[in-house]
Amino acid sequence: MPPLLEISDLTIGYGWRLPPSVVAVRGVSLTVGAGEIVGIAGESGCGKTTLALASAGLLDPPGRVLSGSVSYQGTDLALLSPDELRHLHLAEISMVFQASMNVLNPIMRIRDQFHDAMAAHGVHSSDGARQQAEETFDLVKIPRRFFDAYPHQLSGGMRQRAVIALAIVLRPKLLFLDEPTTALDVVVQRSILQTLDDLRHQLGFGVVFITHDLSLLVEIADRIAIMYAGAVVEEAPGRQLYEKPCHPYTTALMSSFPPLGGPRQRLEGIPGQPPDLRNPPKGCSFAPRCPEVITGTCETVDPPTAWRDRDHRVLCHLYGEQAGDHG
Amino acid sequence: MVSTLGLPAETSEDPSPALEVRGLTKNYSIGRIARQKVVRALSEVDLSVEKGEVLALVGESGSGKTTFARTIAFLERPTSGEIFVGGRALPRRPSNHRLREHRREVQMIFQDPYSSLDPFHSVRYSVARPLHSFGLVPRNAEREAVEELLDQVGLVPAVDFLRRYPHELSGGQRQRVGIARALAAQPSLILADEPTSMLDVSIRLTIMNLLLDLQRSRSLSLVFITHDLGAANYMGDRIAIMYAGRIQEIGPASEVMSDPKHPYTQLLRQAAPSPENERRQGTQFEGKGDPPDLTALPPGCPFAPRCPFVQSRCEEALPDLRQVGAAHHARCVLYE
Repeated sequence: MPPLLEISDLTIGYGWRLPPSVVAVRGVSLTVGAGEIVGIAGESGCGKTTLALASAGLLDPPGRVLSGSVSYQGTDLALLSPDELRHLHLAEISMVFQASMNVLNPIMRIRDQFHDAMAAHGVHSSDGARQQAEETFDLVKIPRRFFDAYPHQLSGGMRQRAVIALAIVLRPKLLFLDEPTTALDVVVQRSILQTLDDLRHQLGFGVVFITHDLSLLVEIADRIAIMYAGAVVEEAPGRQLYEKPCHPYTTALMSSFPPLGGPRQRLEGIPGQPPDLRNPPKGCSFAPRCPEVITGTCETVDPPTAWRDRDHRVLCHLYGEQAGDHG
Repeated sequence: MVSTLGLPAETSEDPSPALEVRGLTKNYSIGRIARQKVVRALSEVDLSVEKGEVLALVGESGSGKTTFARTIAFLERPTSGEIFVGGRALPRRPSNHRLREHRREVQMIFQDPYSSLDPFHSVRYSVARPLHSFGLVPRNAEREAVEELLDQVGLVPAVDFLRRYPHELSGGQRQRVGIARALAAQPSLILADEPTSMLDVSIRLTIMNLLLDLQRSRSLSLVFITHDLGAANYMGDRIAIMYAGRIQEIGPASEVMSDPKHPYTQLLRQAAPSPENERRQGTQFEGKGDPPDLTALPPGCPFAPRCPFVQSRCEEALPDLRQVGAAHHARCVLYE
């Protein structure tokens, strides 16, 4: 059986002309299985949102797929008509965006917004649409009485829950979450994450979880992909990535979060700026900021993919079998 | 180069704290006259910040931490309570002259570097403005002073930044301009209101390090407001936890983090993302996320409705801040 989502060698650019002025995602391969949480972490501008939009079939011009493919359950999304894609969205593939509390229409009752979304997919009130929506409210743990409320009557956390409810009301198999909790307080964030974790076990959907907060991902994701300048530089199971990070960028990103305890010591974070994607550096794009740069190799030769383990790959000269072969 | 900007006047023999507030309260009235409600944003806060100390103030949105900073800076007039800066009381209705003095001494760094700089003003203008509005530097030395400030906040070479406008700067660079502008007034106290929460992860640390370096080299006092416990632990000598407009716990950073006393601090500590903890099956955060309604605060502990250790007396009267360690206080009946 093909995996739920299979991204292979995907390259995405922005721009009307060829070659496009910005290549935002380059050569990314990733799979997501049913019931699995795959986390994507990276700084702003690393291409994580572009990757998610393209994988959900939501990429709009001037963004376009330059090469590679995205298949959902074995079907290449690029071969689907806009109409077929529209049927896929919400019913099979759903997305929750950052600050999505603002996604809800402020002058419509929540129930009407659910009704519209479901009617667009052919689920009408006669089919017990209301009951299905209310059951989804139970799942995301909002009291049913809020079903008839307007969005402003809900707190920020509850609005976010309502948006998640809307995203899963048709029981999609794949859910994209793009920074779903960044605008929320820690306690609210934690309770929403717990609900999400329960739901994916209960309903069995796969999740692509995008965030800049790596420490959060280590806790909730089964696998984590670290993106830098459009490429996945390391991919590994969550714990393994935390315990044995291989790519210097992963290590640097992890040390960007001050720990909650232990002795106070100075952290340096990541010096420098991410590269300008209009004008990417040659070789490894992290080389200019890398503390372990191999002079003469990293700046000129594209880094090879090295497998540290069966499910742990890293894009770095430090680990390539052929490191040193390049002159 | 001769420094045109000296350190703040040497006051080491003066034992009074950099900032002291007593019973600081701020209420806002909302709604039409007949149905007016009072939002209790800040209630009877007693706090002091020593000279050269960093106090990290932690709380959720709506906990009153921004109101605290704005009242200290006198951007909002406190409803009641007293503010002392460097031992000098700020009168309830300060004269214009006194207010200017206060606003020079107490500077703010704001959360959003995209809206705290005037898009029509160059970096040079923004940073120079405090210099001449407080008459700190003669006109002919102004450019040099601005360059030195930009240098100190890491905008190098400074000459390149003088003529730039905010839209030509990244978020981190804008925040550095905001810091330079605050330093230009030669303050003794800086109130930094979530200065890193709008910035990218890799930039946050560099801004925090910059603030720490400046604070140490200029022996400034800093109130660092954040909702991120990790950042509070990194920055603060002491940490104060705020909830519903009151300080619930205050103490040395390491103690508050390693041995939180107030149930609210414990909840925050457990909820904060941290890879060291395995998935917490044990703690359920369900229904614990709702912040209190500041227009209808209960007579007792405002955290009682969410507290796992709630007792009947919690709802009767507000507990006092009790000593729970050498310099560690918590407001909870568990320690009475």
